[in-house]
Amino acid sequence: MLGLNKKDTGLLLIVAVLALFAPIIFNPFPSDSAMAQFNAGYPDLMQRFVIFGIFAIGYNILFGLTGYLSFGHAAFLGVGSYAAVWMFKLLSMNILPAIALSIVIAGVFAALIGYVSLRRSGIYFAILTLAFAQMSYNLAYSVLTPITNGETGLQLSLDDPRILDGAPESVGSLPYPTLLGFEMSDTYVMAAGGWQFQFSVGYYVCAVVLLLAFYLSIRIFRSPFGMMLRAVKSNQQRLNYTGVNARPYTLAAFVISGMYAGLAGGLMASMDPLAGADRMQWTASGEVVLMTILGGAGTLIGPVLGAGFIKYFENIFSKINDTILHQWFAIMPDGIEDVLVALVHPFVGKGWHLTLGILFMLVVIFLPGGLVEGGQRIAGLFRRRKTDNDGDGDTGSSTSKDPAE
Amino acid sequence: MDAIILQILNGLDKGSAYALIALGLTLIFGTLGVVNFAHGALFMIGAFCAVTFSKFLSISYTVIDETKTDFLGNPLKVDLTYVEAWFGQSVGGTILDWAVPLSILMAIPVMVIIGFIMERGLIKHFYARPHADQILVTFGLAIVLQEIIKYFYGANPIPTPAPDMFRGSFDFGALLGFDANTIIYPYWRLVYFLFAAVIISAVFAFLRFTTFGMVVRAGMADRETVGLLGIDIDKRFTLMFGIAAAVAGLAGVMYAPINSPNYHMGMDFLVLSFVVVVVGGMGSLPGAVLAGFLLGILESFASMNEVKSILPGIDQIIIYLVAIIILLTRPRGLMGRKGVMEE
Amino acid sequence: MGILEVKGVNKRFGGLQALGNINLDIAENSVHAIIGPNGAGKSTLLNCLVGKLIPDTGSVLFDGQSVLGRKPYEINQMGISRVFQTPEIFGDLTVLENMMIPCFAKRDGSFRMHAFEHSENEAEIIEHAEATLENVTMADKRHMHSASLSRGDKRRLEIAMCLAQDPKLLLLDEPTAGMARHDTNNTIDLLKRIRDELSITIVIIEHDMHVVFSLAERITVLAQGSPLVEDTPDNIKGHPKVREAYLGEAA
Repeated sequence: MLGLNKKDTGLLLIVAVLALFAPIIFNPFPSDSAMAQFNAGYPDLMQRFVIFGIFAIGYNILFGLTGYLSFGHAAFLGVGSYAAVWMFKLLSMNILPAIALSIVIAGVFAALIGYVSLRRSGIYFAILTLAFAQMSYNLAYSVLTPITNGETGLQLSLDDPRILDGAPESVGSLPYPTLLGFEMSDTYVMAAGGWQFQFSVGYYVCAVVLLLAFYLSIRIFRSPFGMMLRAVKSNQQRLNYTGVNARPYTLAAFVISGMYAGLAGGLMASMDPLAGADRMQWTASGEVVLMTILGGAGTLIGPVLGAGFIKYFENIFSKINDTILHQWFAIMPDGIEDVLVALVHPFVGKGWHLTLGILFMLVVIFLPGGLVEGGQRIAGLFRRRKTDNDGDGDTGSSTSKDPAE
Repeated sequence: MDAIILQILNGLDKGSAYALIALGLTLIFGTLGVVNFAHGALFMIGAFCAVTFSKFLSISYTVIDETKTDFLGNPLKVDLTYVEAWFGQSVGGTILDWAVPLSILMAIPVMVIIGFIMERGLIKHFYARPHADQILVTFGLAIVLQEIIKYFYGANPIPTPAPDMFRGSFDFGALLGFDANTIIYPYWRLVYFLFAAVIISAVFAFLRFTTFGMVVRAGMADRETVGLLGIDIDKRFTLMFGIAAAVAGLAGVMYAPINSPNYHMGMDFLVLSFVVVVVGGMGSLPGAVLAGFLLGILESFASMNEVKSILPGIDQIIIYLVAIIILLTRPRGLMGRKGVMEE
Repeated sequence: MGILEVKGVNKRFGGLQALGNINLDIAENSVHAIIGPNGAGKSTLLNCLVGKLIPDTGSVLFDGQSVLGRKPYEINQMGISRVFQTPEIFGDLTVLENMMIPCFAKRDGSFRMHAFEHSENEAEIIEHAEATLENVTMADKRHMHSASLSRGDKRRLEIAMCLAQDPKLLLLDEPTAGMARHDTNNTIDLLKRIRDELSITIVIIEHDMHVVFSLAERITVLAQGSPLVEDTPDNIKGHPKVREAYLGEAA
């Protein structure tokens, strides 16, 4: 279907079902129960899942396939956001032109930075991209203030021209981004028993874009182009002596991943029309690297998993405070309760970044293949046990492995 | 002329910090072949050694001073630090005043131990892994270290003053025969530069004149051969990591009075120090030092109002710009050796 | 005039004259071996042919066109394929994918943005790749991860990758270095078959005399960066100068 083989179609369908029913699936707990804090099915969080999923999918096309470690991709996301907000200010609140411009501008940026950075590889490449991203960040904060509005960040204002939109309907309030007449923030709340499911326009716009982005990434992975990119990662010397010029391939991958980042930035601005320089900081670039690796670099589904995982736990962990901890450990004797709370306290709430850093290290140390590899290993254990039971020592499956699974 | 000298002087202190961090980065990269993204965190920890030591010294208890009364007529309660109680007002007071330089004594063993733990506990397992993995795991470590510091010391900068006699500035211009008040330079910055010069010379002398240093230099040039000679290069490299950590830490300790330490200062300096290493030439120690000072001074020139009025914002990006140009035109950096991390 | 002409090539590294006035004329569809003791400049010469090094003076003409100053991928696109001393393959890819890449390079040139076709639908590429694999008797291993191949198989795969491109000239850099006797013999047999069945010019750099004498039609002996003699294997065997070069090295 759609030019995909059975397995990939299955994967796409799973992601599609997950994305469509996310407001229900991620809301397993009744809204008045104590567990409701673990729900993730509200629009704001789901949009973040999806947007960072797109960002990571794109990053994976560069890092996962070619192995070029960029530490500057947040710059493209930031540029995308600025572009989108400017479209909202100048042209129209319709998100389509805004997102289109985000992608284009981010693509142009990526082409420029990639053209220069890709003349080096390995750690030089990482440092070059880092330097470019820091440069963009610093500029956005200082000289480019007329474009970026510096520290405050770029926001809509009432006297923006918005030449296509005509006069505002309601005077005195800022307009919302729209698509086909729907405002992104429109939400239909469905109450079913104790549950409250929120279906928001913004989320579904993001979800549809995610599916498109994911589909495109499958096509790229399975194409001869994708195979060349994997060859770049595997052995650039051999590739050179096989008559292939690696640079345009890596540049194309860089630009594509930059456009994905721009798309994510544009979507982010469409959900909440503001843009700030801190989105471009190198720690933000580090985060997308982490998402990709945590999920599984070079795998199709990995980046989406990684993005969801990190954004979910960021949300949960940063909400937990001492009161909640005391509730959890209330069954323990008082002394132990206090000790437990004190032990957990540094890792939650504002300490989320500590947990994130530890997670980062653990993944790189123990699970360089990410969650997908972890899952495969567990599945492999079961499979081996089964074949052992059958008395069949066939280990052929370990030698023939689908590299881009 | 005086303006130029002023900018050079202004660039020296930042340049010193860059040079010291870059020196450690290069030592680690040259000996262990590891790209250490956590090196900025070591600098930051050094600065917090100074903070901790000052705090530690100023632990006090309350005594009642019978000779004075407060406004209600009761005997005045004053906080007396243990240091002053033990060593008397004048000696104790001096110790308190000199907390930052004295914390070097604490910082050296602490940093060396942290370095050992880092190398033996983590980095060791990454020698055979790709550079990308090294970058990522040390990046994670950097986040962890900075968050730990943030947890214990909070997010706000903590002012850590220099000893009394080094506060304030002196008229450097008058000394050189310019008009008075043209070149005003804070004493502590001069101290910092001299301190950096001493540390850098010590490291170079150590590498140059000791057998240990000779082995390390040989190992940097050709690890395999040195290994074949039956020298346990790994143990020496571990010690080298400790030394690099100590150098970064000391740079941090003495930097505390210049900029009040905060938890993210390590990251801020790290990115720039990497750029310095690249500009100097990956694996070249003199290159790292040279580039550190050059870029520090360049940055200082770029922040002159005369320059900024022509090229607005240039001070924000000058270092990155230079790095990009250097990387593209002279990939080996100013003094890089052939064959180090080339394509 | 041969397919590959090397005229007056010199290359210095600092004070060391690595290559001194090399002249070679390699006839089309012949097997030409370049031998010589260690440090004779064999690898430097090879690197000058494939664009990794640029000679200080002299010219290298392939098929009447100069290769100097061209990038390795451009030289490959001209029709020169190279086999490395240690097999260079795409270790993360399957054997079949390893084979498909040179096929793509042959069909699409050095770059083509074919991001929307499906690799599995490239029937003629796969067919050609599999046929070439069949030719080196590795068809049964096509779905294996190539990093897990034995050294001999990696070498055969690398040769097959070169053959899949239909090169006019195949350069082999010590193709049996570090191989067990058994693998060496297999490789020799494979190369003999290539020589006899396909019309490809082969230049082989080799240390192992057994390999050289069982394959080559002409042999050039290099010593200290300069060609000593060039002749047929039979004449080389008893040549006093060659003995001197080799024995001199041994002593």
